[in-house]
Amino acid sequence: MSRYFKAKIINNLPLNSKNHLLSIEPLEQVINPEPGQFYMIEVGNSYDPLLKRPFSYFRKTEEGIQFLYTIKGKGTSLMKDFKQGRIININGPLGTGYPKPEKGYTPLLVAGGIGIASIFSLTETFAKKALILYGARNKDEIFVLNELKALTDELIISTDDGSLGEKGTVIDVLNDFLTRQSSLATRHLLYACGPKPMLEAISKIATDNGIKGYVSLEENMACGFGACLGCAVKTINGYKRVCKEGPVFSMEEIIW
Amino acid sequence: MDIKGYVRKGRYFRWKKLYGRGMDLAVNIGHLKLKNPVMTASGTFGYGEEYSEFVELNMLGAVVIKGISLKPMEGNPSPRICETPCGMLNSIGLQNIGLKRFLKEKLPYLKKFDTRLIVNILGNTPQEYVKLSKSLDDVSVDGIELNVSCPNVKKGGIILGTNKKALARLISKIRQSVKKAIVITKLSPNVSNIQEFSKIAEDAGSDAVSLINTIPGMAIDIETWKPKLANITGGLSGPAIKPIAVRMVWEAHNAVKIPIIGIGGIMNAEDAIEFMLAGATAIEVGTANFVNPKATIEIINGIEAYLKKRDMLDVKELIGGLNATESHNNLND
Ligand SMILES: Cc1cc2nc3c(=O)[nH]c(=O)nc-3n(C[C@H](O)[C@H](O)[C@H](O)COP(=O)(O)O)c2cc1C
Ligand code: FES
Repeated sequence: MSRYFKAKIINNLPLNSKNHLLSIEPLEQVINPEPGQFYMIEVGNSYDPLLKRPFSYFRKTEEGIQFLYTIKGKGTSLMKDFKQGRIININGPLGTGYPKPEKGYTPLLVAGGIGIASIFSLTETFAKKALILYGARNKDEIFVLNELKALTDELIISTDDGSLGEKGTVIDVLNDFLTRQSSLATRHLLYACGPKPMLEAISKIATDNGIKGYVSLEENMACGFGACLGCAVKTINGYKRVCKEGPVFSMEEIIW
Repeated sequence: MDIKGYVRKGRYFRWKKLYGRGMDLAVNIGHLKLKNPVMTASGTFGYGEEYSEFVELNMLGAVVIKGISLKPMEGNPSPRICETPCGMLNSIGLQNIGLKRFLKEKLPYLKKFDTRLIVNILGNTPQEYVKLSKSLDDVSVDGIELNVSCPNVKKGGIILGTNKKALARLISKIRQSVKKAIVITKLSPNVSNIQEFSKIAEDAGSDAVSLINTIPGMAIDIETWKPKLANITGGLSGPAIKPIAVRMVWEAHNAVKIPIIGIGGIMNAEDAIEFMLAGATAIEVGTANFVNPKATIEIINGIEAYLKKRDMLDVKELIGGLNATESHNNLND
């Protein structure tokens, strides 16, 4: 079994003008992914772009391993043209995912935008126990809504423009939610994935409220498996590799 | 061709050797014999263990370790890397665990493998280079590669590698204090005349030169007007630099007798062979390892297949094989 494998594109569905759902079927025996891990995906077959691109593991279905991605640069622009049947090289699963749930805590999952891909991989671990706060710019950018509803009894959707759920950012929602929790009877454990400023804000809220938690970070990556030291993030214990010790870190550890 | 054909062409014995005993992929760097010419480039292969699940380390000609300094170095702020056309920029800033921890935590693992172990070193001062070389020689590493060409640090590195007198003095000092290991000087492409610097290394007692290190470069995000690297500038590597590297290897080959180790944008066996034809005795694979962690093994297999296809028995026949009297251009291929 190898982490470096060939896979066939099963499907590459546009979800809206910017986001796609990619399904791949490994052509070899592969290692099972853990929630929060990621894969390095080959996006072209020339030297430009040269490097593989990292994508969070989203979920596994009969369609194969799935990824949600946003078209934002050279690499993802090529990916959107991936045709069914194409064979690509993939490296993964990579990195250290979310730690196993701790007893006595209620998991509070916070996803911003495409960060839902990583957070979604976690929902099944918690079955119905998790609370999920999920925010995006507008309703077109809210994905897997029905699946989420089925996976949790407590889901709060928010959009910046109010086109779905509450109007505002997921940070506003988190603040509201925590003020409403007057009693300290429930001890929450945060799991967050989204844009870096959002994660920074959430970490601050967590500290202010005495809550512990984890964030899943992104950084430019060349290798994805700990060799190049290109993906360093500053922590209270020195630089750490987002691709190896991360992408999931405990919030207290990161120096923002 | 049938057997008679081979006999007629005087190639019968070569043919017999080829199929009877297998071909010879071994090359020599100074007194050090490598089982094949494929090495890893410093800084792209971690401390070896990062690749253990992708690569059978025993198959490699040599493993070259990430630049080690006397004291641990924490490296540069992020972003440290970005992609550019057919290449990448990095400004890692030589993050490494330092000599002491290397000897304690990484060396025992690396010693388990039947491959040559070469440690790339970087000092702030000539004294530090000497100290590092001595300590590594004492623990019997096979070779020491002097990084006098890193563009991403303020002291040592490229400053030493682009100053002729300082470089000559540094190499002779190290040569005197190293007893068993071979000494490889890794040259910077950032000099106007690579022949001069190769010659300096040779005259000062270097067993080999390796070239090239990354080429200083820069990229800007035109939306934010910010540099793409926190360090602003970085070192360019990957296929984009290959023609420059091949040219420099060719020039060095024409200037010195010591072996040359070719580095720069080697992605596959064809690239490796090109470097050898230009005069390289061995090659180092860098950025390709990030793209395909099994690149080194594929390159070894590819070189072997190439030799087989051409009925060649010895990889050393490639070294400096360039036929410079004629040219073949690929624009019409
Ligand atoms: C991420 C990265 C880190 C590197 N670190 C070192 C180093 O520590 N010491 C060194 O001598 N060269 C270092 N190099 C340079 C490479 O060893 C090599 O000379 C250069 O990348 C060109 O080869 P390539 O195009 O095959 O990558 C580094 C290169 C990269 C891309
Ligand atoms: S991407 Fe290479 S070390 Fe993390």
